[in-house]
Amino acid sequence: MATVELEHVTKIYPNGVEAVSDVNLQVAEGEFMVLVGPSGCGKTTTLRMIAGLEDVTEGEIRVGDRLVNDLSASDRDMAMVFQNYALYPHMTVADNIGFALKLRHLPKDEVRAKVEEAARVLGLSEHLNRKPAQLSGGQRQRVAMGRAIVREPAVFLMDEPLSNLDAKLRVQMRAEVARIQRRLGVATFYVTHDQTEAMTMGDKVAVFNVGKLQQCDEPQTLYDTPANLFVAAFIGSPAMNLYRGHLNPELTRIRIGEQELELPGRLRGLGALQPFRDKPVVVGIRPEDLNSVEDGDGHGTAGAILQGNVDLVESLGSEKLVHFRLDAERVSGVIGSADDDSSEGLDAGEIAASAATVGTARVAASSRLRAGDETRLKVDTERLHLFDPDSGDALAGPGRVDTTAPSPAAA
Amino acid sequence: MSTEASTPAVLAPVARARRRRPPRRLRPKSVLREIGFYLLVLIVLAISLFPFYWILRTAFETDTEAAQGSTTTGLLPSHLSFSAFSNDFTQQHFLTPLINSAIVAAGATVITIVVASLAGYALARFPIRGARTILGFVLVAGFFPVLAMIGPLFLLLKDLGLLDNIYPLIIIYLVYTLPIATWLLTNFFSQIPRDLEEAALVDGATRMQALRKVVIPVAVPGVFTTAILAFILAWNDFAFAVSFLDTPNSFTAPLAIVNFGQSAFQVYYNRIDAAVVIITIPIAVLVLFAQRRIVAGLTAGSVR
Repeated sequence: MATVELEHVTKIYPNGVEAVSDVNLQVAEGEFMVLVGPSGCGKTTTLRMIAGLEDVTEGEIRVGDRLVNDLSASDRDMAMVFQNYALYPHMTVADNIGFALKLRHLPKDEVRAKVEEAARVLGLSEHLNRKPAQLSGGQRQRVAMGRAIVREPAVFLMDEPLSNLDAKLRVQMRAEVARIQRRLGVATFYVTHDQTEAMTMGDKVAVFNVGKLQQCDEPQTLYDTPANLFVAAFIGSPAMNLYRGHLNPELTRIRIGEQELELPGRLRGLGALQPFRDKPVVVGIRPEDLNSVEDGDGHGTAGAILQGNVDLVESLGSEKLVHFRLDAERVSGVIGSADDDSSEGLDAGEIAASAATVGTARVAASSRLRAGDETRLKVDTERLHLFDPDSGDALAGPGRVDTTAPSPAAA
Repeated sequence: MSTEASTPAVLAPVARARRRRPPRRLRPKSVLREIGFYLLVLIVLAISLFPFYWILRTAFETDTEAAQGSTTTGLLPSHLSFSAFSNDFTQQHFLTPLINSAIVAAGATVITIVVASLAGYALARFPIRGARTILGFVLVAGFFPVLAMIGPLFLLLKDLGLLDNIYPLIIIYLVYTLPIATWLLTNFFSQIPRDLEEAALVDGATRMQALRKVVIPVAVPGVFTTAILAFILAWNDFAFAVSFLDTPNSFTAPLAIVNFGQSAFQVYYNRIDAAVVIITIPIAVLVLFAQRRIVAGLTAGSVR
């Protein structure tokens, strides 16, 4: 039974830095768990602790009910794909893939058969006698995968294996990796900083920030029901627009800057919102829940319009991204990381921190908005997210089930 | 027209464009500049290589020609004589010093590589406190003036009855070789990505296996370079050899050469130079061989 459990796993370095704090995760056999978060959030450290390449300061890691904390990396029966592939440069592709098998003293023909099978699955059959230096980036990545899958381990560990590939190859390999993993049915931990990879590949996604697990859920749940500001801003691209708002005492409207939006009825009786009557909150609107109202087709949307000024329009072909300014105070949900080399989710967050007044809306490709235009954006108020401005915890959202004290909901 | 016929359709426009480029206006000036450049290179080459050429040329002189001096014999040899070479081996018994040098240099190199590899790996891989200080210390030890060590070492060897013996030199030559070898190997090992060893560990190798099967093979070019360097340093020593060796049978090659030309009547430059040529051959071969070995691209495929 190759399930993996992490209980209260913590990592504190000798210099006092707490890289990972109290992480609890369970991954069932065959499940694909993605660890995602900005640079320095502790996801790679967690992966290395699972692999046995780092010591666990506190907590327990179990593989199939067996405590592995003190087991050396060589004895854990886990296979790892490194970010830089770490192929043995002096060995051929065939030797690279078969290295682990040879270490286990398997008979030569068995080794050769397994290596050839793995090579076939990954399309490496013609390259078996080459050295890594003679291969392209994508081929090297596949050799690294081959080295892992040929071992038929209990657990797969992957540390940003696709981040060194160009964009097109990355999209292709994403599907490959997911397919291979599904076929082999091995519990997998996959570390990435790219939230798109996380959403598309994971059965479950664990979002990390500054060493703490923020939320671990299925991708759709993370999108619909983020547990806090960080997850809300991190998941989804372009990132969620976050503004400071003020709820009215009846919880019927929210004021954002000088404008007001009508709140859906179901929020009036929401237990979590009661303490926030006539108080400030943070409101989140995803770009896809905004649309441009043009040519007067905005009937019946009185309480759901935000007026703003268009800063920039980016055309993607299938849709347009409108960057707009509102006269409201924006909130950044993403804590900037030291690493400037960021991908989609992080980029949007960093934009939020720096260009603090520009929001993003996803509008139809037919929109005729241009930079400098005044725009009226229709908000899908059913899909508003509300957050506690102090703790960042989520209060209300489209997928959120109210678990606090029940109150009579006004219609 | 032939270029157009052979280039594929995609490249044809480029080929055509190249021909249509306006003629170079500065033509005379640039040609002059190029000629001037190569002339300079030629001069520098001539000046640098001349001493070597002269040694080579002198090595092929006969004793009488050597006695006449360079002004009479001219720049180019009229004929090549191997008399100096054969004399070196028959009369001067150059073979023995050569073998002595080989034994000592090889011995020192082997010990150096073993010790420096272990030290280099430890310093590069383990979080040893003060590792940089240790390395600095080792390097500085290499700067210590050799001549200052001769006195005390002489007395020590005398007490141990080891004077006029080539074997102590193997240990003594470590003074030349260890500092630089340790420094070089520490550098080489630290350049090998940690990922490689970790990958080996995760693949099921013990630390020793990872070392043997992954780290060392990848480090071979670096180890080889260091070994060559150590060998050359040990081979070239004169100070210790002249201080501790007495009888011709125990001479090392540099020492023996000095004694060649000494005769009451004539300095046999041709014999000296022949010996120098002989002595240089193993070094030159090693360096040529090593150049092929030092393939930086060996580690290129492991990362990315």
